Amino acid sequence: MDDTMGSAGMDMASMLGDVIPELVLVVGGVVVLLYALAVPRRLQSGAAVLALLTVAVAAATTIPMLDGPEAYTFAETYARDLPAVWAKLIVLAATAAVIALSLPWFRSDPRSGEYYTLLLFSALGAVLLAGATDLKQFVVSMLLSSATGYVLTAYHRLSRASAEAGIKYFLLGALTSASMLIGVAYLFGLGGTTTLPGLRTGLTSTSGPGLAVAAALVVVAVAFKLGAVPAHAWMPDVAEGAPAPVAAFVTSVPKVGAFLFLARLVLVLPPDGLGWRPLVAVIAATTMTLGNLAALWQDDVRRLLGWSSVSQTGYGLLAIVAVQRSELALPSLLYFLLAYVLANVAAFGVVVQLRGRTDRLTYAGLARARPLLAATLTITLLSFIGVPPLAGFAAKLSLFAAAIDAGYGWLAVLGAINTVVSIAYYARVIAPMYFDDLAGPVPVLSRTAGFAAVITGSLVVLVGVGAELLFRAFDGIQLLPS
Amino acid sequence: MLTLAIFLPIAAAAVFALLPRRLRSDVDPARDDPWTSRLRLVASVVGAVPLLILLGAWARFDGGGGFELVESSEWIPTLGVGYRVGIDGLSLPLALMTAFVFAVAIAYPVDLRGRPGPYYALMLFLEGVSVGLFLSLDLFLFFVFWDLSLVGIYFLIGAWGHGDARRSALKFFVYTFAGSLALLLAILGLYLATEPRTFDMAEIIRQQPLPAGGVYATLVFLGFFIGFGVKTPVVPFHTWLPPAHVDAPGPASAVLAGVLLKMGTYGFVRVLMSMQPETFARFAFPIGVVAVVSIVYGALVAMAQTNLKRLIAYTSVNHMGYVMLGLAAAGASIAGQEDAQALALTGATLEMVAHGLITGALFLVSGSILARGDTYEMDAYGGLAGRAPALTGITVVAAFASLGLPGLAGFVAEFQVFAGALAVYPWLAGIGLLGIVITAALFLRMLQQVFLGPLPERWTEWPDLGWIERLTLGTLILLIIGIGVAPALLLDVIDTFAGPFVGR
Repeated sequence: MDDTMGSAGMDMASMLGDVIPELVLVVGGVVVLLYALAVPRRLQSGAAVLALLTVAVAAATTIPMLDGPEAYTFAETYARDLPAVWAKLIVLAATAAVIALSLPWFRSDPRSGEYYTLLLFSALGAVLLAGATDLKQFVVSMLLSSATGYVLTAYHRLSRASAEAGIKYFLLGALTSASMLIGVAYLFGLGGTTTLPGLRTGLTSTSGPGLAVAAALVVVAVAFKLGAVPAHAWMPDVAEGAPAPVAAFVTSVPKVGAFLFLARLVLVLPPDGLGWRPLVAVIAATTMTLGNLAALWQDDVRRLLGWSSVSQTGYGLLAIVAVQRSELALPSLLYFLLAYVLANVAAFGVVVQLRGRTDRLTYAGLARARPLLAATLTITLLSFIGVPPLAGFAAKLSLFAAAIDAGYGWLAVLGAINTVVSIAYYARVIAPMYFDDLAGPVPVLSRTAGFAAVITGSLVVLVGVGAELLFRAFDGIQLLPS
Repeated sequence: MLTLAIFLPIAAAAVFALLPRRLRSDVDPARDDPWTSRLRLVASVVGAVPLLILLGAWARFDGGGGFELVESSEWIPTLGVGYRVGIDGLSLPLALMTAFVFAVAIAYPVDLRGRPGPYYALMLFLEGVSVGLFLSLDLFLFFVFWDLSLVGIYFLIGAWGHGDARRSALKFFVYTFAGSLALLLAILGLYLATEPRTFDMAEIIRQQPLPAGGVYATLVFLGFFIGFGVKTPVVPFHTWLPPAHVDAPGPASAVLAGVLLKMGTYGFVRVLMSMQPETFARFAFPIGVVAVVSIVYGALVAMAQTNLKRLIAYTSVNHMGYVMLGLAAAGASIAGQEDAQALALTGATLEMVAHGLITGALFLVSGSILARGDTYEMDAYGGLAGRAPALTGITVVAAFASLGLPGLAGFVAEFQVFAGALAVYPWLAGIGLLGIVITAALFLRMLQQVFLGPLPERWTEWPDLGWIERLTLGTLILLIIGIGVAPALLLDVIDTFAGPFVGR
């Protein structure tokens, strides 16, 4: 009796060892909250420093995990496999950049301390989602990520745009949450368990239409986090209305978790009979096409970035389509997420540094007044297009290769056509910056924000040039215990 | 050494782009800024270095077959990507021509709109990536340079062009990027068929991973055809070219027509014909038809132009048609015609070089005419021969070379193309000959309209070419005459590639 207790205690300790970064985020978030409650208003900015420190410690405890061992802990409900570790690093890097962008943005806000707690918990939600190998775990992390996201989006409560964006985000989130819960319950009923490894043996193709409905309901919920059709509509509104640093965060970071969970989920579904692959392919096709077409007419740079974020999700879904059929699928997914998150945060970072200026025409002549910022924005947009040697190119290359390899050549062709369409609206932002005369004075926010934007932008170049290191690190990774 | 020829201009471009604002003098467009001419001098010197390096490479080139002076290192080995550059009888002449046209175009005077720093940065950057494209022996690297060249030209046209420059720049970028994505998919298709997976050109040529027949091979072929065809351009993918040329600044047009169009035809030989020869042979006749359509259509439309630069732009469509005809003949699988096919291939390659030089000269000249007369409409001119003998002389030689007068570079190339094509596709070549007649007519008419007849009152003060223009254009003309008189020098180099290629 004592013996089993002892080993259980040992297990508990080692299991907690698997989630140290997550614990750091929780504790850090609470510390930031207590700090915000305790200190006077003029010291609220200190919360940003504490949050940054938390992220740094979390990253420091994550990096050793790259060397393994891989494990599926807490009774196979949570993964510390390589994809989850990499997802953690991507989320933490993006969070650090967003904190640096938020510090000057919220400096005049007397109650900005709690903001960083929300940011840390939202990052935690994305991290948990990336590691979830269990349906209940999935539900909890989805809700954590969403609930914090709503508040962050509406943080400028006196701004109509911010509140409206928050409401839209919340309504759509509530709807898809319902769909998620029904789907999860249904899957549990069909498979007899909630862990993904268990479901892999529990679910059989004979479940027929019931399984299809259950899977579709869950996929719709994930599509909400991804900003994929049919639950994409919040993306442009949040990009436009949310505080600019939040827009950078919410339009990219939750996708990291959602993409990884979706990849794990499709591994569980029986490959024959259900046809999830065509379903995801259709979602990918409509998402990238709709996002691109809608972006074409935007004169608001933030809305444009929001729609472009929708279309980028469509490209990323190519990797999901290729899961299990191409060995390139997972490496291309992780690389894409890294490239996309960096470029997205950098692009919004430039907007932050320009004090949130958003009318396309006010970017005229920016290259003369702020050459470095203009160059950063140009680099991120060219990376979205996929111009070598920027990160977006290697991402698209491997995504297309994975799709062709998986027998979905038409999807790669559609992706290429979409890319051509996308040039038109990205060029609508780039061209005035370089070809027009300066429209007026260009006020900027602060050195911190500019620095964060430029650093993230240069990472886009570095990740592109150094693609080899990453692809080697991603080589041969697995998503579920075999 | 080859690596230096690629990355020295690119590094210099970075320096130019990062110059402090005072030095690159792009804050106040003051024309007499002393830094402008200093920057041009520095840029011209740097721009000439790749030419010297490549001349050195030519001296060391022995033509024993295969790639020489190869420099390679790993880049992304997990994906089979390497950094590999080298030369053979096909890439050496084109790289040399590229470096030469760039050296001339960079030195050529142009209205910098008060922004010399970024302008020279872009030109040097383009030189580096263009030379890199012709030297690269890895499909991935090839594609990287391919796309980078598009971005460079986009900014050059948009920021320093005239007329509706932004629209032209965007149209150019969208069209050619669409082509490059088709190319990317085709490259991926080819890559996924290799075993072990690799982008190494020499290895893919050895493996021949896609035998003819089957939907897959045809789709890959189509991707390559569209990718290279847009860039070349062949009718009906040519519509981006006239606006891009007309609205681009003179040196940028010279580079665009002289160098960038060759990337398309070079790709046809280096990638499509080398890596999918059987599939190419299957489609050789239709490609020949497309080529002849480009020849005749390009010439006819050029004939109808009143705008000098648009006229030259359409003759580019026509001339690239000659190249395509030569390639179609060379790639056809017809037994017993090896000699004719080698002739067609060397002719097509020489035409690429000759057209680069000739059309480069013509576009630079039209840039000079615009700088003095503010319009490309030929009606506005006349009788300039009396006022500007140097301008007239240079234009006449370049125009005659373009219409294929014996003794000049264009003749040797066109003669070989048609001699080869007549043996393989006699009917097609016969129709294509019409193009030569039409171009002769339209160039003579152009010369007459601009340089002969009465001099309009407003041009009585027309200044002739300055010394920089004379020097740069003069070297181009010398080369055009040199190749026309002693083509053997280049032909021997090209033949080291063309002979073995057709199995002779």
